[in-house]
Amino acid sequence: MEYHLNLPASKEEIKKLKIRDVIYVTGEIFTARDEAHHMMLEKDKIPFDPSKMALFHCGPLMKKEKNKWQVVSAGPTTSSRMEIFEDKFLEKFGTNIIIGKGGMGERTEKALQKFTGVYTAYTGGAGALAADKVEEVPGVYWLEELGMPEAAWIFKVKEFGPLVVAIDSHGGSIYNELKK
Amino acid sequence: MNFEDIEQGIVELIRKAETELPDDVIKALKKANRIEEGVAKTQIEAILKNIDLAKESKRPMCQDTGIQTFFVKVGIDFPYINKLKNIINNGVKKGTKEIPLRPNTVDPFLGINHKDNTGDQIPYITWDFTEGSDVLITALPKGGGSENMSKLGMLKPGVGIEGVKDFVVDEMIKAAGNPCPPTVVGVGIGGGADLSLKLGKKALLRPVGERHKYKTIASIEEELIERINESGIGPMGLGGKTTVLDVHIEKAHRHPASLPVGIAVQCWADRRAHMIIHKDGSWKVR
Repeated sequence: MEYHLNLPASKEEIKKLKIRDVIYVTGEIFTARDEAHHMMLEKDKIPFDPSKMALFHCGPLMKKEKNKWQVVSAGPTTSSRMEIFEDKFLEKFGTNIIIGKGGMGERTEKALQKFTGVYTAYTGGAGALAADKVEEVPGVYWLEELGMPEAAWIFKVKEFGPLVVAIDSHGGSIYNELKK
Repeated sequence: MNFEDIEQGIVELIRKAETELPDDVIKALKKANRIEEGVAKTQIEAILKNIDLAKESKRPMCQDTGIQTFFVKVGIDFPYINKLKNIINNGVKKGTKEIPLRPNTVDPFLGINHKDNTGDQIPYITWDFTEGSDVLITALPKGGGSENMSKLGMLKPGVGIEGVKDFVVDEMIKAAGNPCPPTVVGVGIGGGADLSLKLGKKALLRPVGERHKYKTIASIEEELIERINESGIGPMGLGGKTTVLDVHIEKAHRHPASLPVGIAVQCWADRRAHMIIHKDGSWKVR
């Protein structure tokens, strides 16, 4: 099945999703790699609301033109590096869509079931295509401390995808199926 | 001599590599598109769309613009050999701003990033010497996701070539979707630990679809392609028929007690571009 979702997605919408469904999302997403995960988990208060957005495992290539940030290329990074943080992250921030590549492990699978979320795979390396779907960059956090790839970037996206549901909220995982 | 012009040539070389894939890779991806279906096909279609978009808009196809890696063949009669290292370094710095490239070089101890893609030993240049007065440079920007799936096996010689094949197949199955398949796999066999890995990386320079000149090795390459693709890992590890676009093997003689196998993995963005510099300073990128 193919779905076009506006963010934030409701619990019902997430529950409907099964592995191999393809989704396109419209709304706000934020990027976070290893260091942003670590930082966000340590902080008591953060300056944006991740529960309203999808989480994108991505270290984008950005440029500043006329004082405005623009995305040059922004494909997903390897998600398995975030496995050590993700269950706590989902619990703390209530994000219910993860966008990444390569899949995640058991801890994240369980957290996605517990908190009703999905892990979706975006085509690795398709950075120009992803950038094309970003309409605006409303904000960036911790750019000075973490640098361009590791900072938390907020992207306003339209029809961002195709995202393949690879781990659903019912315990299904394409990666586990293939391992067998 | 206008060295700044040659530096600009390096920028164009990197730009070409980062924004356009070689025809042999595109041909292999199009073939994959014909045989895949379902989720696998969505991935190959996105890749092909992305390649077109990157070329059209002259921007890097992947946000991971890699560690800038160059293989340089220096003609011994080229008059400015002593300038080449600086020219390449400056070209990388300029290209980082102009193209642009992601600032990808981090000091492992201090975490410092000069934001210009240079640093200790980086750009990574492999020098080779040849007859004549031309310099040939191949750019092979190397992404981190695929590089992380590199492997070194110091196998027992008793396992023979069958053991080598099993090692490569097992490691590529373990890597699964992480190196952004469909990948190109370079396998270096023999030499020592470092040489086998170097040969693996050099094997990535060979165009996709080109077989080794020795028949025995060529048929092992074909067998490995078939066995890895039978795993069903598929594009991005989401299942499918195409896990590798190609496997290339290079060899060196080995010590009687060692059987080193070095595996270098390149993502579908098998970025390569070439440049020739003549002794009068004129250059061409292709």
